Amino acid sequence: MPIEIRMPAVSPSMTEGSLARWLKKEGETVKAGDLLAEIETDKAIVELVAESAGTLARIVVPDESNNVQVGALIAVLLAPGEPAASLAQSSTATPAAAAAAAHAPATAAPSAPSASPAPSAPSAPSAPSVPSAPSGRILASPLARRIAAERGVQLASLRGSGPNGRIVRLDVEAAPAAEAAPAAAAAAASSISAAAYEEIPNSSMRRMIAKRLSDAKQSIPHYYLTIDCVIDALQKLRQEIKDCPDGAKLSVNDFVIKAAALALQKLPGVNASWTEAAIRRYSSVDVAVAVATPTGLITPIVRNAERKKLTQISAEVKDLGLRARAGKLAAEEYQGGGFTISNLGMYGIREFAAIINPPQSAILAVGAAEQRAVVKDGALAIATMMTCTLSADHRVVDGALGAEYLAAFKKLIEHPLSLLL
Amino acid sequence: MTEKSFDIVVIGAGPGGYVAAIRAAQLGLKTAVVEREHLGGICLNWGCIPTKALLKSAEVLRQAQHAADYGIEVAQVSFNLAQVVKRSRAISAQLQAGVKHLLKKNKVEVFTGSGKLAGAGKVAVSQDGKTITLTARHIILAAGARARIMPGLEPDGQRVWSYKEAMVPEAMPKSLLVVGSGAIGIEFASFYRTLGAEVTVVEVLERILPVEDAEISALARKSFEKQGIKVLTAATVKSLKRGTENVTAAIESAGKESQLTVDRVIVAVGISANTEKLGLEGTKVRIERGHVVVNQWLETDEPGVYAIGDLTAPPWLAHKASHEAVICVEKIAGQADVHPLDIMKIPGCTYSHPQIASIGLSEEKARAGGRELKVGRFPFQANGKAIALGEAEGLIKTIFDAKTGELIGAHMIGAEVTELIQGYAIAKTLETTEAELMNTVFPHPTLSEMMHESVLDAYGRVIHF
Repeated sequence: MPIEIRMPAVSPSMTEGSLARWLKKEGETVKAGDLLAEIETDKAIVELVAESAGTLARIVVPDESNNVQVGALIAVLLAPGEPAASLAQSSTATPAAAAAAAHAPATAAPSAPSASPAPSAPSAPSAPSVPSAPSGRILASPLARRIAAERGVQLASLRGSGPNGRIVRLDVEAAPAAEAAPAAAAAAASSISAAAYEEIPNSSMRRMIAKRLSDAKQSIPHYYLTIDCVIDALQKLRQEIKDCPDGAKLSVNDFVIKAAALALQKLPGVNASWTEAAIRRYSSVDVAVAVATPTGLITPIVRNAERKKLTQISAEVKDLGLRARAGKLAAEEYQGGGFTISNLGMYGIREFAAIINPPQSAILAVGAAEQRAVVKDGALAIATMMTCTLSADHRVVDGALGAEYLAAFKKLIEHPLSLLL
Repeated sequence: MTEKSFDIVVIGAGPGGYVAAIRAAQLGLKTAVVEREHLGGICLNWGCIPTKALLKSAEVLRQAQHAADYGIEVAQVSFNLAQVVKRSRAISAQLQAGVKHLLKKNKVEVFTGSGKLAGAGKVAVSQDGKTITLTARHIILAAGARARIMPGLEPDGQRVWSYKEAMVPEAMPKSLLVVGSGAIGIEFASFYRTLGAEVTVVEVLERILPVEDAEISALARKSFEKQGIKVLTAATVKSLKRGTENVTAAIESAGKESQLTVDRVIVAVGISANTEKLGLEGTKVRIERGHVVVNQWLETDEPGVYAIGDLTAPPWLAHKASHEAVICVEKIAGQADVHPLDIMKIPGCTYSHPQIASIGLSEEKARAGGRELKVGRFPFQANGKAIALGEAEGLIKTIFDAKTGELIGAHMIGAEVTELIQGYAIAKTLETTEAELMNTVFPHPTLSEMMHESVLDAYGRVIHF
């Protein structure tokens, strides 16, 4: 039996992804463990690893295919020695089957905050194994599938008129062929108001950001607390550490991560998630750090940050940031986390309020470190200040708890030696 | 004058009407059905069922006559026509009682009498000069059809029969002329020929069973002629001279007229819909070519009035009526997932010897559509079960769209093909391609293996031929 390779679910919330490119060609021999393809998920690019040996007999979903439904057939592997003829027998191996996608309601995105795993239990393997469990099956008659394949009609784009919404021949025949319709529509639009706008197709990552943040802002009762931190001591300490023999170059943000983590350890009520049944309090302190990438925002996680040395945190954040920008993060590196830090200080932003990253309950927005005129002991003085704003989910973190947390954070950041203990 | 009110009133209790009533009751609608003559309609009382009973008698006779072929010695074979007819009538009576029971079980109220529309949402039921009025939000017309009458060929019930008299003969005609070679004409021709009558079939078109695939028609003709039936195609019965004991028909064929004198004539030249006494005058219900015009949900142009079965467009088959009944009622009841009927997926059967069954397009019609075809054939003579049954005559033909693998049509002639055709009907409904049919395991030894082999043959992969 030919082995069907299906679109893997790289993250629990993933319902569709893009097939960035194949690393093997049709006809190429594959060993178990070989990298087959790169899958662009909602947040990163992950590699698809062959679970069994054989020949990559047919690539059903080509390079740079967007919106490939999880569970859709993407390629067919023939076991060693299996005749190519057995491909023909496998009716599912037709390209039509590959077009499977967003239609099946069964695969509706499990995107509710509570559906994400606890940070303590990162479960998705970095490289999904093949074949993965099929899901997102499109109900379509064999004839409809075949005609759709011939005409290049995406079954996923159709509404079935048959029993239970099954796509039948008439539905396919009534559908405009392939991309003809959108192209025509675009042409028509451009003739009316040429160059009025350009449409950049949404990547799966873009759509995931849109969905998660819209959900968050709409469903989480946010409130905001702002505090000013004096960081002269911190800046001095940074310089001293740098000047040490074997000195390290630590960023303000490295200290912020450590301080935020220690404050979470002290006030575990903030390191928690809302679920309908209960408030889920996390047993480890995992701090996510927002990283801007060319394709969008991603939040890799520094796990057990409260236990890590600053140099460790610094190295980890650097590595995560580099790989995030290259789109090479593994799923467990950005899934979960109990708290997020977003720092826009490098742009000179003084202060801002961030949107909570679900299923978490709080996010700390860190502004620029800058010298400001302050009143110190009754006299005007100059101090290096950093303004931080905590956005918190009032369902989980009441105002007093949020304030207490921010005060604890301020105390740590203003007494940076405590971060070295 | 009494008045009773219902959600649905169905006029006619044939295979369309009584099925509509039962389905409506199942869906919780308060339902009544109006029937003027007998529950079950023509199908059950004077059509499908009693003719199958007659044809079974003919088959038993044929088997007995050929018992020696099977090593069975039967001393003397003869038949008792009265008993043959009696059995047929008893079966109809039994099933009529069954329909009565089903309607009662489903709490469908049955009104005996002639129903007609009597203003918006009203049905008048008349019997023996008395009239009651039923009110209903939805009225389904299922009044069926009757034998079509052609000038000069009017049945007289004595020597010129319609299907009805042909079903209850008091004596065997020595010779018989059947006018019309559709399913009804052919079934009677087959029955009477098997019982020993000299049978002539006259068909106005170029071939018998004109709705069937031409290849199947030709095979049928060959088989009937071998059995001794005379077949005249492209021929017209111009007139019938009715004598006291016989009838002389003037038959025109290829510009020449000939005379044929027979004991009896059966006229089976189609049907006429029973549209006349339904009170359609003054309503928006439209009639075209003698049949009520409905949309895909069986709605007429008059709001709240529906029509199903033989009242509407062809094919005029009981199972079409029943299926329309269900669609119509489910749509009225607001059921989800109701789908219009596709006539390409309605099988048709003729229960002569040999039997004929088909679904979808004939080869010529498929070709006329301009599609490239793959046509498969498998003969009964190459099927083990057929040979063992002593029924090695027949053919199963399948037609596929070469490009898509769509099963466009299937055509069969031979023993028990009427029981086989449903397999292709399922295939068409599921929209399988040749691949799924090829991948299906057909049991051995069965006649159904020929269905498989025919598909294989269409793609050059036939095994046993």
